[in-house]
Amino acid sequence: MFYREAGEFKTSYRADQQTFPIRLDKIGFILSLFAAFVIIPITMSEYWAQAVFLPFLIFGIAAIGLNILTGYCGQVSLGSGGFMAVGAYSCYKLMTSFPDMNMLVCILLSGGVTAFVGLIFGLPSLRIKGFYLAVATLAAQFFLVWMFNKVGWFYNYSASGQITAPERTLFGYVITGAKAETVPVYFVCLGLLVFLALIARNLTRGAMGRKWMAIRDMDIAAEIIGVNPLRAKLTAFAISSFYVGVSGALLFALYLGAVEVGEAFSIQKSFIILFMIIIGGLGSIFGSLVGAAFMIGMPVILKNLLVSNLGWPGDIAAHLEFMIVGLMIIIFLILEPHGLAMLWSIIKEKLRIWPFAH
Amino acid sequence: MPAEFYFGVEVFLNGLMAGVMYSLVALGFVLIFKASGIFNYAQGIMALFAALTLVGFQDGQIPFSHLINAIFGTEVHHFGWHLHTFFAILAALVVMIVFAWLVEKLILQYLVNQEPIILFMATIGLAYFMEGFGDLMWGSNVKKLDVGIPQGGNFWIEENTAFLGGEDFYGFYLDNLDIYATVIAAVLVIALVIFSQYTKTGRALRAVADDHQAALSVGISLRTIWVIVWAIAGFVALVAGIMWGAKSGVQFSLSLIALKALPVLMLGGFTSIPGAIIGGLIIGVGEKMFEFLIGAPLLGGATENWFAYMVALVFLVFRPQGLFGEKIIERV
Amino acid sequence: MKKQQASGYTTADGRKIGGPVMEMENITLRFGGVTAIQDISFDILEGEIRAIIGPNGAGKSSMLNVINGFYHPQDGRILYKGVERKPLKPYEIAHQGIARTFQNIALFKGMSTLDNIMTGRLTHMKSSMVSQALWWGAAEKEEVENREKVEKIIDFLEIQTIRKTPVGRLPYGLQKRVELGRALAAEPSLLLLDEPMAGMNVEEKEDMSRFILDVNDEFATTIALIEHDMGVVMDIADRVVVMDYGKKIGDGTPNEVRNNQAVIDAYLGVTHE
Repeated sequence: MFYREAGEFKTSYRADQQTFPIRLDKIGFILSLFAAFVIIPITMSEYWAQAVFLPFLIFGIAAIGLNILTGYCGQVSLGSGGFMAVGAYSCYKLMTSFPDMNMLVCILLSGGVTAFVGLIFGLPSLRIKGFYLAVATLAAQFFLVWMFNKVGWFYNYSASGQITAPERTLFGYVITGAKAETVPVYFVCLGLLVFLALIARNLTRGAMGRKWMAIRDMDIAAEIIGVNPLRAKLTAFAISSFYVGVSGALLFALYLGAVEVGEAFSIQKSFIILFMIIIGGLGSIFGSLVGAAFMIGMPVILKNLLVSNLGWPGDIAAHLEFMIVGLMIIIFLILEPHGLAMLWSIIKEKLRIWPFAH
Repeated sequence: MPAEFYFGVEVFLNGLMAGVMYSLVALGFVLIFKASGIFNYAQGIMALFAALTLVGFQDGQIPFSHLINAIFGTEVHHFGWHLHTFFAILAALVVMIVFAWLVEKLILQYLVNQEPIILFMATIGLAYFMEGFGDLMWGSNVKKLDVGIPQGGNFWIEENTAFLGGEDFYGFYLDNLDIYATVIAAVLVIALVIFSQYTKTGRALRAVADDHQAALSVGISLRTIWVIVWAIAGFVALVAGIMWGAKSGVQFSLSLIALKALPVLMLGGFTSIPGAIIGGLIIGVGEKMFEFLIGAPLLGGATENWFAYMVALVFLVFRPQGLFGEKIIERV
Repeated sequence: MKKQQASGYTTADGRKIGGPVMEMENITLRFGGVTAIQDISFDILEGEIRAIIGPNGAGKSSMLNVINGFYHPQDGRILYKGVERKPLKPYEIAHQGIARTFQNIALFKGMSTLDNIMTGRLTHMKSSMVSQALWWGAAEKEEVENREKVEKIIDFLEIQTIRKTPVGRLPYGLQKRVELGRALAAEPSLLLLDEPMAGMNVEEKEDMSRFILDVNDEFATTIALIEHDMGVVMDIADRVVVMDYGKKIGDGTPNEVRNNQAVIDAYLGVTHE
């Protein structure tokens, strides 16, 4: 009885198409934004910021990116880790080669470089489809990690092979390096996430989104009704890689500070991002964020519960985490391939008529 | 002939044997893919789990001891007995068969009509689950696997080939373990080929691989076949786990072998047993020769990490079905 | 077979038929050792409803696939609106104004009815990606304009109640209607229908026939359709092409074709008292 759209009639197509047609949803959205921009930055502890919020914002961007490619356009990619590395290393090279470059420009340009690389690795998608493409993206993953490890130019020939982010400021606040302040970093990440999520939402609800989904659902039919498959797929690769690259740049420069490519951008990361969109919901921007929240939040909650409260050793928590994630993936694929986002839609649908059964 | 040439030949032979090991893992994949259209990403973790279980039985480990100790504050680790290798292998095999049955009952039967990519992702989920489960059950420390296969270089071969190549060449260094692995793998492959071609169950397997509906209509139980296939794949995983585990210890990296099998399959075709073998050999030799000739001297080494994938990628673009796979035809 | 007159005529019910939209000249199509289409020539005139009939395996679907560019014939010429057509990709041909439906429905199962039909408008939607990314302004305006056009088609096909339903959940007959809607949304010059009545009962066939006739009447769309139901063909087709084993064995009005001995032998048969 609370949650309903009875009485809410749309009188124009414009109103029908908006992102939050139900008023209660819109209010919920505004409240979340308020919480994100005002309440959380004021009240968050350093631990929660570093353990939960910052990774959520950063991986949320990556999840949206992968969802565009895999969830909307149907091109499965297991190379997200490698592309995040491209973003991180581009950022590093830009920061060290152009010390006066504005940090935001750096990050966006890193995304651009990654988009270009994504375009190239997306070329095989014209001949290879579905599961075979997934395997081809593995080639990208392993090759990129090897390349950033071996080719000295990428890490400025440092002895350790690590890349470290020099200190940079934005609007007077230090956001990279050892003296970075958490709250400005939070706002940079949050701002980028909101902006990029908005753009993703716009792209996916318009003609481009329909082209991608047509390719995903039946690419031969899509071609026959006028979609240029080469263009559509490459666009998906490019845009998706842009997002993943931005995420990688943020992960390196604003969060980790120093990165070793084999650890930070391994295939495990590719899987984690994939899991985010499976659990959260393929083909849903909201789902990408829900999935990111789950994959970031669950280990933290588990660790706090088991280790801090029950005193169990840390590795048991890690093993249980693997089991839970694996189980969730299987359960979601069996019960609800469209993830938590679809479950949420179904709950809302039931709420619409609650407390009546039909 | 200069010593360099013989070093090259040695690299080639080692490559062949590495290739055999790859083929062994790839075989498990081909079996499951042929029968159910699923690419079982969990095959690698199955090998790890099988090896862990074997060692666990051999050493008389208590399953989940770590967890039990954490909950109850106890300090138990072993039962105190040791199981003879032969029985440990049998026990591990039984565990893998039970595993196959559970996988079919709890996962596969619910995903029957889904697209291949969904099934693939389900096996990734299974792999993650089994990794956590295996570690929880037997502990995540590295274990030594000893089933009585001799290790170390084979002296007989080394001594008897030293006459080639002059004084800088000391004879072909071929590891005993690798030689045993090659022989065992060859036997396994022949057995599998005979099984699939000449037995009733094997024929049923091939029928299912070809067309689920048609197989159902002649009375073949899909679910039984799947259990059988996964059990066989489990057996292959056990053998692979033993071989690899004996070589480098039973640890997590064993599961990454699954990833190595992928290029083998792309080269050989996902549905072909001879393809898995030849693909494995080509990748094994190719990797080692590339590293020897180009990778180490010119590219700074460690090219084995990605060489196989690049080869597979090239194949995928020009010949998507691999060398021996079935051609993929799309109809409107 | 003598070639049909190259310019228009007037039908029995007074519709004016114009010049040729599609001319197939000596088309031969081979797949490996199999010749699917052998030296076939016929034309489709503007504004008419042209039926392609024949027994199964005659090569009808292949012919349709040649028309919309999915297959390229090894021999022969294709003239579209009087201009010889070079081998083009299917999506390029879609942009030229040819739309079609499929024998086994080729809808996008992950999308709703509305979205599916909106995909039919893709050849007319021109806003750039940047514009779409920023949404408010040009992209939104175009989206609303096209939505209006699609809603007209939804009204025409009487599928308002299912516009937000994912098409995978719709019954077969409705799916076929949505597919027709998607093809209509493209505002095609030539509409190809591959067995639009397949699997339908009598009522559904009547509905679909009415829609096809209305499309031809209201939007003046030229239609080529493959169909097995001879009653339907006799009722709605202006001219008929008959194929058998890849060859053309009849070409003319439904009455002419009905009385053609070769067609009777191969396909129609005779009624026995």
